[in-house]
Amino acid sequence: MKPAPFGYLRADSLDQALDALARHGDEARVVAGGQSLLPMLNMRLTKPAVLVDVMRIQALREPVPERGALVIPAGVRQAILLDRPGLADDLPLLAAALPWVGHVQTRARGTLCGSVAHADPSAEIPLCLVALEGEVRLRARKRRRSVRAEDFFTGMMVTERADDELIEAVRYPTRAAGTGYAFAEVGRRHGDFAIVACAAVVDARRMRLAVGGVADRPTARDFPLLDGSALDDALNAFAWDLGAGEDLHATARYRRDLVRQLGRRVLSEARQDSLRCRS
Amino acid sequence: MPQLDAGARHRVRFTLNGAPAEVEVEPRTLLTDALRHGLGLTGTHVGCEHGVCGACTVAIDGVPARACLTLAVGVEGCDLRTVEGLAPEPGRLGVLQAAFRRHHALQCGFCTAGILMSLDAYLRLRPRAGRAELTEVVGGHLCRCTGYAPILAAALEAAAILRGEDPSGPATREATDAEKAHA
Repeated sequence: MKPAPFGYLRADSLDQALDALARHGDEARVVAGGQSLLPMLNMRLTKPAVLVDVMRIQALREPVPERGALVIPAGVRQAILLDRPGLADDLPLLAAALPWVGHVQTRARGTLCGSVAHADPSAEIPLCLVALEGEVRLRARKRRRSVRAEDFFTGMMVTERADDELIEAVRYPTRAAGTGYAFAEVGRRHGDFAIVACAAVVDARRMRLAVGGVADRPTARDFPLLDGSALDDALNAFAWDLGAGEDLHATARYRRDLVRQLGRRVLSEARQDSLRCRS
Repeated sequence: MPQLDAGARHRVRFTLNGAPAEVEVEPRTLLTDALRHGLGLTGTHVGCEHGVCGACTVAIDGVPARACLTLAVGVEGCDLRTVEGLAPEPGRLGVLQAAFRRHHALQCGFCTAGILMSLDAYLRLRPRAGRAELTEVVGGHLCRCTGYAPILAAALEAAAILRGEDPSGPATREATDAEKAHA
């Protein structure tokens, strides 16, 4: 398996990358860590005319703390973020989910923004972004905009990004007081694509559950604080509404059951977590 | 900003196992093929070519990475290590390689180069890595011969030796017990 021929531009600055995207439009693909794009190229599922490499752009290499959030630019590798001191305090959900992303060997190269751009419906990084109500920061040569994560993912590997836009950064809201977080996933083996992944965010008024691997995009739903059979009913309704499909890895019925079981587990863990950090 | 044309070949320079190296490649050439065909270093194996099997793993700037998911033009200026760099001199094995031999941590050998490079890079970064951590590292590789237990035993023993500890100490005893349990 070899990629079809393409030209290659190694951008040294954001302007160079944005100029290249403006010039080549849908003929171009951005490459950062390459851990999602290279398999697509090798299998010739995509045949861009030009790759724009953004990994040498110094301005995109460092996470930037903002008030109530961590902004993670396009050049930040997953392994670098996972090693960031204080990640488990600031972004407990991401700290729990990142070890499930591929393997040590792929996290060493892969970036967070790259996973968001790829928009695999079972991927953990987009799931956490949706669960935490984060944002995707898009930039083209003459405009920039922020898109809510829930609006950004529009289908199976389809996003709001226009052809001339670069995902400059993703913005993950950091831990809020009195809020708890939990993540769980079921896959065939650790490092495989998730059959179902669940992320929960719970505070004193609301429970939020985000599910990956079932619908064509990571999907979240907010519930009031529920228990017992009311919670079972709510989870069951959510599981059915996600429209689970059947494939080689799992039946639709198994996926719905995982949504109910994992959903209950992460909501309960997140609720415990929220009580702990309130006291 | 370098702009490389699709059809043409371009010179890429990097450090390979401590020495300067260069190779001429098309932009689409994978690092696996640049190493094997361009430089004749066939120790890096090619398995699935989409990042799953781990056979092609090399160290790029000190971290383990899939060579099949890396463009050769992307490693300009990088520091690469491949399995050819592990032995201290011809005819002698490195610490990790010798441990693999002692523990029968390979049979057909197809996956071995990748696993050695993952463990070599990882133990440099985290010399105190224990069983759980190393299990996860090795989990990034497919091995259909060994069942993994001897690979972990070899990794734990090599880690102890590299830390300057007595290789018959607790870490290795744990490794040997695991092997017995497996056998």
